[in-house]
Amino acid sequence: MKFSNVTIDQVGVEERVARFNTRSIKKESKMQGMLLALSMIDLTTLEGKDTAGKVKQMCYKAMHLADDIEGLPTVAAVCVYPNHVKTAKKALENSNVKIASVATAFPSGNSSRKIKLEDVKIAVTNGADEVDMVISRGEFLAGNYNFVFDEIAAIKEACGVARLKVILETGELSTLDNVRKASDIAICAGADFIKTSTGKIQPAATMPVTLVMLQAIKDYYDETEIMIGMKPAGGISTSKQALQYLVMLYETLGEKWMTNEWFRFGASSLANDILLQLGKEKYGVYYSGDYISKD
Amino acid sequence: MQQLEILKTYKLYIGGAFPRTESGRFYKLENNKKEVIANMCLSSRKDFRNAVVAARKAFEGWSGRAAFNRGQILYRIAEMLEGRKAQFIEELILQGASKASAEKEVRLVIDRCVYYSGWCDKYQQLFGTVNPVATSHFNFSVPEPTGVVSVIADEHSSLLGLVSVIMPIIAGGNTCIVLASETKPLCSITFAEVLATSDLPGGVVNILTGKSKELHTHFASHMDVNAIIYCRENMEEAKTIAELSSLNVKRSFMWQKDWTKAENENPYLIIDLQEIKTTWHPIENIGVSGAKY
Amino acid sequence: MATTKKNIIKKTVSKKIVSTVNNEKLFVAWENYAPAPESSDHIQLKSQYDLFINGKFVKPLSKEYYDTINPATAKKIASVAKGNEKDIDVAVKAANKAFESWSITEPKERAKYIYRIARMIQERAREFSVIETMNGGKSIRESRDIDVPLAANHFFYYAGWADKLEYAFPNRNPKPIGVAGQIIPWNFPLLMAAWKLAPALATGNTVVLKPAESTPLTALKLAEIIQESGLPDGVVNIVTGFGDCGAALVNHPQVNKIAFTGSTPVGKYIQKAIAGTTKKVTLELGGKAANIIFDDAPIDQAVEGIVNGIFFNQGHVCCAGSRLFIQENVAEKVIKKLKDRMKTLIVGDPMDKNTDIGAINSKEQLDKINHYIKLGQKEGAEIFQPECEIPSNGFFCKPTLFIGTSQSHRIVQEEIFGPVLTIQTFRTIEEVIEKANNIPYGLSAGVWTDKGSKIFNLTTKLRAGVIWANTYNKFDPTSPFGGYKESGFGREGGVHGLLPYVKF
Repeated sequence: MKFSNVTIDQVGVEERVARFNTRSIKKESKMQGMLLALSMIDLTTLEGKDTAGKVKQMCYKAMHLADDIEGLPTVAAVCVYPNHVKTAKKALENSNVKIASVATAFPSGNSSRKIKLEDVKIAVTNGADEVDMVISRGEFLAGNYNFVFDEIAAIKEACGVARLKVILETGELSTLDNVRKASDIAICAGADFIKTSTGKIQPAATMPVTLVMLQAIKDYYDETEIMIGMKPAGGISTSKQALQYLVMLYETLGEKWMTNEWFRFGASSLANDILLQLGKEKYGVYYSGDYISKD
Repeated sequence: MQQLEILKTYKLYIGGAFPRTESGRFYKLENNKKEVIANMCLSSRKDFRNAVVAARKAFEGWSGRAAFNRGQILYRIAEMLEGRKAQFIEELILQGASKASAEKEVRLVIDRCVYYSGWCDKYQQLFGTVNPVATSHFNFSVPEPTGVVSVIADEHSSLLGLVSVIMPIIAGGNTCIVLASETKPLCSITFAEVLATSDLPGGVVNILTGKSKELHTHFASHMDVNAIIYCRENMEEAKTIAELSSLNVKRSFMWQKDWTKAENENPYLIIDLQEIKTTWHPIENIGVSGAKY
Repeated sequence: MATTKKNIIKKTVSKKIVSTVNNEKLFVAWENYAPAPESSDHIQLKSQYDLFINGKFVKPLSKEYYDTINPATAKKIASVAKGNEKDIDVAVKAANKAFESWSITEPKERAKYIYRIARMIQERAREFSVIETMNGGKSIRESRDIDVPLAANHFFYYAGWADKLEYAFPNRNPKPIGVAGQIIPWNFPLLMAAWKLAPALATGNTVVLKPAESTPLTALKLAEIIQESGLPDGVVNIVTGFGDCGAALVNHPQVNKIAFTGSTPVGKYIQKAIAGTTKKVTLELGGKAANIIFDDAPIDQAVEGIVNGIFFNQGHVCCAGSRLFIQENVAEKVIKKLKDRMKTLIVGDPMDKNTDIGAINSKEQLDKINHYIKLGQKEGAEIFQPECEIPSNGFFCKPTLFIGTSQSHRIVQEEIFGPVLTIQTFRTIEEVIEKANNIPYGLSAGVWTDKGSKIFNLTTKLRAGVIWANTYNKFDPTSPFGGYKESGFGREGGVHGLLPYVKF
């Protein structure tokens, strides 16, 4: 891929996003979209106070979102810290829900290569199907793009067969030009997915950064016919927002990407909001959170 | 033996040079005692056509000059006029003015040149705006010269009427072709000599002598002329001019004014020959995302 | 930069996209969006509309009415009065009488009427957008998000000027001119009415407005608001009808100023018709704007700008970016992205909230556009239209590209006024400036480049009244709009928009 300095006009991006958000998704399109969104969720718990108990309960929810509503999918994956992968693996053993583990000194990424590789090894050995790494933002902002590239390539190698998601932490990159540049680097270096955020700082995922990343993926696909996945994470909590992202995905990358193999939502409360909407569709009245399990 | 006077040949002023009319025709200029005082070139439509070519050629350079530079050149016109005061007064008297009124006219003309010289780099600040649009854009409007202007100058005023129209046109960065008064054309050609020595680039002002009856339709119908100014009182000519202007949506102005009045020296005459250009550019908002409209 | 071997995992994906998590087929992803129609049962539309003269709705003197239709269905919506020159005479006389008191009304009281009108439009915004869409064919998304809000804001902005006019022009005390005759087009019916009425009223003039014959309804709804606002009788008069009505207005001896927005040929006719009178005139005519993309432009956003530039309002825009110039070294990339983007444009029922490109305003206009499309093919340009369904009823046109054109193609020189874009390449800055200016029009232009000093090189050299740099088709009440050369003269919007309606 030709690595050229792509320049991004922020106001133009925001205007395109605003145009996506004028799409009105109703009736069967809305239902299809919500079910699709559910199937794309990486149910996430990344707190200092996580325990095996919490992880087990979340895994059960991942497989049983709301058993009183028929025809629901499971979520795509759960996302946990490396030391909880074993617990998750056991809890999910009879399902198709994948296990994604954060790694590489998540969330800051400020550690040595040795420790980051070891982090990945733990996750993968314990059974993670997917690894969510963080790039070294400091090195990026200092202009050491080769460092960033090499690091991602090395992590990719350590992943083995596990799919690698590369978190850019767009909230720290500040400009959309930087988001594009980081996306291009990650894609070239071996990312299977590019992901917006750790969810630990504000702003997390936004539609403008997601659009820029989707366009990076499109340009790469146009040149090489290789698909790359995308995951916005953090800040998407309502089904309305999820539908807006799906519209943006659909009109930028098209049908091929409309599956959880190539698109994920990193979200914790989104699932329940979608279930609220589905409850309304099923029962015909506005629903309440009391009827949906928290986890 | 008394030295014989070298009679002046009054030619046209086109493209910074003094050609004769390509038609070779002339008309006799008489004073109010019916004595012939000069043979004037009787300009043809081809002279006009050549003048438009010269004016169009000069436009890019003249409008592209720094406003301050234009101001300096206009001031130099005043300097050159001042130096030739006596000659102009003599010519006005020759064409029938009294000594007192001639002196007054020349005085006023010099002051007028100084006046417009000062406006060259100021009217933009009064008539340009930064517009507070509701979306995240920087938006500003500036006046820009309209282009090539054809003028049929005041019939009764040999100098003042001529200069009062030329100054606001060129102060605003336009170029022009002016048809001088038919009965009092002398000062126009002498004024051309002033222009030629004032660092004014050739083609910015072009001066023709001749008959409006023959030429006004061409002045109004030429498709490469952007605006026309008519300063005479023939209502039929005025109407024809306004009609023919519609061929290329020419901006047409009727400036039938008493040029001795102070109110007829103002920046609005400059603005008449300006187009307002509005430019938009986005303003990035780092760190704050979300739809703005 | 170091390169590395990448594991190429090619995935084959089945045609119907399904979730693969549980290996069960759960649902089908979108092929098209489900219909999302805007509701129209809340609007009030009469079956017959009369003329609005001297504060009342009066029958046309001819007693004739004509049908106004919805171009998306080609069906009649209402009957509208057919005004003639006698009605114009009555209206002008009413405006003249009203001028006596309106011109000496306390300016801040004048302002209050105009503020009221602005507020009332905002209150009934949804109704206005629905009627605008039904009568004109533009998508509800655009009439709702752009036309109606801008119209209300225009009244709001000029209301504020009414009592501040002595600040608007240095050393001058502006006075109203008298009766303004205003003729507006069918592409932005309500917005053009706002652009005309607001500055005229704010400066103390009275008005006779003639809406376009195919789109009279929102002007008539505006008349209802004007009536409700308490604006004194005769200050605004609205006479619907055909070309003869407009001609009568232009030629009426008691009209002091004409404001016209429409095609260049009609504008020239008007300029000629008033020659020899003391009437002032402003004209806002056609255009064939250059939209210029440089190799250092933000390409994805530029493509969006191209789309906005020509497909906004079905291309029925005088300032549409209808001549695309792409720097040759990025032409292939831009054209590909443009085609991809066009495939996501939805042509359809204007009342559907997802429609991007609505109906063409009339059969005549559709015929004209199709004529140019045939001409372009005949002239040998390469045509591209995305595959999309278009409704079989009504008047619709697919978004169209003509690739590989040059200055001498007729489709490049003449205004098509439809969703048809011609594409030319260029190599240097000097070349594109020359080509952009090489046209009798001069209304607008677009420039796309990331380099600041290059932006200003172009914006200063392009001979057009509105220059959009790294954006396109943006409008605002504070921003003066108008053309150079045969695109007309006079400005609407901003402080400069007051000038045509005052005398010193």
